Amino acid sequence: MFDIFKQLIMSSGAVSLTGGNLIMWLVAFVLLYLAVKKQYEPLLLLPIAFGILVVNLPLTFLMEPEHGLIWFFYHYGIENDIIPPLIFLGLGAMIDFGPLIANPKTLLLGAGAQVGLYVTFFAAILFGFDLREAASIAIIGGADGPTTIYLTSKLAPQLLGATAVSAYAYMALVPIIQPPIMKLLTTDHERKIVMSKLRPVSRLQKICFPIISAMTIMLLVPASAPLISMLMLGNLFKESGVVERLTKASSNELMNIVTIFLGLSVGATMTASTFLSPKVLFIFFLGLFAFIISTASGLLMAKFMNLFLKNKINPLIGAAGVSAVPMAARCVHKVGSEANRRNYLLMHAMGPNVAGVIGTVVAAAILLKNLG
Amino acid sequence: MPELLAPIAGNVWKILIAVGDKVELDDEVIILEALKMETPIYCDDNGTITAIRVKEGDAVNEGDVLAVIG
Repeated sequence: MFDIFKQLIMSSGAVSLTGGNLIMWLVAFVLLYLAVKKQYEPLLLLPIAFGILVVNLPLTFLMEPEHGLIWFFYHYGIENDIIPPLIFLGLGAMIDFGPLIANPKTLLLGAGAQVGLYVTFFAAILFGFDLREAASIAIIGGADGPTTIYLTSKLAPQLLGATAVSAYAYMALVPIIQPPIMKLLTTDHERKIVMSKLRPVSRLQKICFPIISAMTIMLLVPASAPLISMLMLGNLFKESGVVERLTKASSNELMNIVTIFLGLSVGATMTASTFLSPKVLFIFFLGLFAFIISTASGLLMAKFMNLFLKNKINPLIGAAGVSAVPMAARCVHKVGSEANRRNYLLMHAMGPNVAGVIGTVVAAAILLKNLG
Repeated sequence: MPELLAPIAGNVWKILIAVGDKVELDDEVIILEALKMETPIYCDDNGTITAIRVKEGDAVNEGDVLAVIG
């Protein structure tokens, strides 16, 4: 009788627990708290946190290659690059490129805000990361979750949990991280600039945009094809106006379904042995650095453009060049309306914001092409 | 008569005024919701609200008339 009892205890996971597992539980609980209580990106943080928790229960083998349930989600969804492009399909079906079409020069702001990415790439190399790891860390500066996951899973899968969590964390923290930089780099007078009404964009232009940009971008940077093709297909669904069911399926049902597998799989890569290393702290630090430099370079790009423009743009919209859609645009709007309550920058900021998404994908594709 | 125009496209979230209310410059009169963010709309003139052209939940485009101030 005693032997059976003893065997039961010995075969339970509890005796195989390590200190690392306990720390990872703590990480999971912190993320659960942030998701539930603070509502920081709960759609992602909640499944990620639960993923972390369950893989750090010993002997469950959920991430055991060829056997574990979550391993299959991870293998087919992320390792094979299925899920990030599907998220982009849904994103495309939600994004309105109208503000970008109405004011194409904001494309430059979306490009300008990618500077942080390249600065961080070199900074990470100085910190001793190899080229592929450095690229995966740098892409956090683009503030685009799916692109970060896409690039990291190809170049440095051992860092996936850390880069994904930091990308989503910084996206959630946009309203805290960006305003001080915005205020530091712009004058009160600049923040008060009211921008003229955006010109109306016709339906034909909106339909042509995803087709023409898909062709142009993929001809120029073929490695961007998986993400750009899905993004533009989703947008074509939306703007065509004739396939409402497909638009809704892409942006709601499909997006929600793959988000579950994405979050769970990313969380499940964070076992104590991969996550608890000093490297991870550097990743969070460098990711934040990338995000700050990107914000600053977007702002400075806008100020630079103003040197040549007769109708000045409000330089705050440069900060929306990081792709966190629509968090960065909302943040610009808020800071702008604090300076001048009759300043409605939201739609003006959406131009650089959606341009930032394209900019980050192109940057990721260039890194992938050269390092993959 | 001065009209209060929507400075931004979105949905009417809350209407804080009624016909007959006296309003002053910079009063918060309507709250629009765009991209899940509440954006207060301020009054451009002193006067009395003579008509409200939208109701809560309506989608408005930039430049649409929200209310008329007499």
